[in-house]
Amino acid sequence: MTLQMAERTQRTRPKTRKAGKVSRREQATGWLFLAPFALTFLAFLVAPLLYALYLSLFQKQLIGGTSFVFLDNYSKAFTDPTFLDGAWFVVRFSAVSIPIQMLVALGMALILDTVTSAFSRFSRLMIFLPYAIPTVIGALMWGFLYSKSFGPLNDVFGASAPDFLSSQLIFYGLLNIVTWQWTGYYMIILFAALQGIDPTLYEAARIDGASAWQIALRIKIPLITPALLLILVFALIGTLQFFNEPEILRELAAGAISPDYTPNMYAYHQALGLANFNYGAAISFALGGVVFVCVYVFMFLTRKRGSFF
Amino acid sequence: MKRKPFLGAVSVFAMASALVACSSGDDASSGGGGGGASGCTNSIPKEDLPVVSMWAWYPNMDKAIDNFNEQNDEVQVCWTNVGEGGDEYDKFQTAISSGTGAPDVIMLEADRISTYQIQDALVDISDYGYDEVADNYGEGAWKDVSIGDAIYGVPVDGGPMGMIYRTDIFEQYDITPPTTWAEYEQAAQKVKDAGGPLFGDLGANVPALIMALQIQKGATPFEYDPTQPETIGINLNDQASKDVLDYWAGLVDQGLVGTQDHFTPEYISGVIKGDYATYISAAWTPGYLTGSGVGEGKDAGKFAVAPLPQWDPSSPVQVNWGGSAFSVTSQADDPELAAKVAYGVYADEETLTDGWTNQIIFPLNLNALHDPEFVNLHSEFFGGQQANKEVYVPAANAYEGFTYSPFQEYYYDAMTKQLAAINEGSISGSEAADRLQDDVVGYAEEQGFTVQ
Repeated sequence: MTLQMAERTQRTRPKTRKAGKVSRREQATGWLFLAPFALTFLAFLVAPLLYALYLSLFQKQLIGGTSFVFLDNYSKAFTDPTFLDGAWFVVRFSAVSIPIQMLVALGMALILDTVTSAFSRFSRLMIFLPYAIPTVIGALMWGFLYSKSFGPLNDVFGASAPDFLSSQLIFYGLLNIVTWQWTGYYMIILFAALQGIDPTLYEAARIDGASAWQIALRIKIPLITPALLLILVFALIGTLQFFNEPEILRELAAGAISPDYTPNMYAYHQALGLANFNYGAAISFALGGVVFVCVYVFMFLTRKRGSFF
Repeated sequence: MKRKPFLGAVSVFAMASALVACSSGDDASSGGGGGGASGCTNSIPKEDLPVVSMWAWYPNMDKAIDNFNEQNDEVQVCWTNVGEGGDEYDKFQTAISSGTGAPDVIMLEADRISTYQIQDALVDISDYGYDEVADNYGEGAWKDVSIGDAIYGVPVDGGPMGMIYRTDIFEQYDITPPTTWAEYEQAAQKVKDAGGPLFGDLGANVPALIMALQIQKGATPFEYDPTQPETIGINLNDQASKDVLDYWAGLVDQGLVGTQDHFTPEYISGVIKGDYATYISAAWTPGYLTGSGVGEGKDAGKFAVAPLPQWDPSSPVQVNWGGSAFSVTSQADDPELAAKVAYGVYADEETLTDGWTNQIIFPLNLNALHDPEFVNLHSEFFGGQQANKEVYVPAANAYEGFTYSPFQEYYYDAMTKQLAAINEGSISGSEAADRLQDDVVGYAEEQGFTVQ
């Protein structure tokens, strides 16, 4: 009895200390462990962001130099047809590309979750492979595949081959590249989520007479909703910041892709091409605003179903 | 897609800090801006002399620098190639904005000089030995690197224009090189009617070429007087400009020329396959095409060049596309010393000869331009034709120089958009010219200029 009491007090002592005050030494150790991340975070994320914000409050003209204009750059950005066109493009592009990528990724994840053989492991790797290829290389490769004179399209369709680098079809050309590159990555996330589901649920469902189709629709998909929402937010943020693929394809299709094709390209071009760092910074923040609003609206709409956030 | 912008930002940051790191530390000894003695691509033979840093991208720049350093007892050059064209300009622009990191001497295409001059990034070198070399270059060459009376660069190579054509196609369809643009269109029609290939190409990404063709018709895109830097004349939709755009829009509309972007694998493969009967281009093109594998094997000697077609054959006008100069940057510690480098590099006979025999440059230095060996050269690419004598040297001699705007990059981008719209068939040439005018005037006003 006394022994038990003693044991209990011994056990509870550290607990009470933890709940109460943390010793200064422990605090210091905590900060020390945090320091590598905190310093990197401050130096490479917070500081550049603050500097960009500061830059975006000024205006630089070739004649007249730099002057403080407060939020003028932002009011200009949100009335700038070039920026708005670019923003509208990425919103449209998201609306088309994200559902396609998610459906394909979900379908493949469900199939690979059901089929367990050496072949499925191989397919998993193959589907994931495009993600392992750097975007720049991927975009260049597709640029050559799209070529009318030495790409495979020419062999298949001959003279009437579709030109995915023309201004009419470039949207689909980019859509294809993005889907190819990112679907495998999303598939892996969904597949991992599916693997985490307790298999006894399936067993119970089967005993209740559920078909494989019903298990997929009624058990698997609802249980991986958090993962689906996660990749949706990833995809949304990524697509709104669309940059690499169009920037690379511009080398091959300058007529179809202008330097201000997406807001990110516009910001880059303003800053580095036209030396207008101030307006470039303002566009970046304006784009940040657009991304924030889109993601917020989306999360607001899904707040009840999504437990992940 | 989602990670790369961030990675990009990080790498830009890293690059910038690398540049800064380069520029500090060596200033005391070298007077260099970017790339210290340790960062030179070349080795410096005379180590006790002051060093001037330089950025340039000519393929035989290493030879040019070695020749200069060996022959010079006053100054040595530390050279780096930081990228061609746009890549170098982006770095230079970053260095200008940050106030540090630029080299002492920089290679610039002539059409960019105004852009940097207005940012006070270049030094007027007319007081640093211009008189001694003034006779070495033609009037048009000097005009391209001057703003008013101030000289902001030393001309090195130029791009007098001509019409490159395929002799096999011309023979097959029984046509002779057109001398006027009207004949050019007729010949194109004739080839098309006979089921032949396209006659030429309107690339949306070569606005500088179209600008040159507009100037040939009598357009003056920009009027700029450096004594009044805040005013600029912009005439992008005058009759001559519209005529040229309408002419090309017409050729596109009738299916006589292609709409492929230039400098793409797609276009080059078309040139190799004989998809285009002519290639309106400049004197540096043979070198570029040879490097891309054009005119090799069974295609050897199938190309020839004729003078650029004219609008009015009784008063021919010669124009220029491309070409570069060496400028002294305002970040140079000793501009006079830097000017010596700008005047001296790539100006010796050995380097110039190496440049033109290997088709790397079309020299603007009159010592080379008037060298009988250069003039009489039988060009291998053109099947032994004396291309310099017949086409390029007369064109270079007759070239009178252009006036460029201080926002040339914006203008080119804006024109590319309009050319793409023409190629799409959505607007006429005149409409394109009007839109371009509105676009560029709007930008100029936004940048604080008074547009006349």
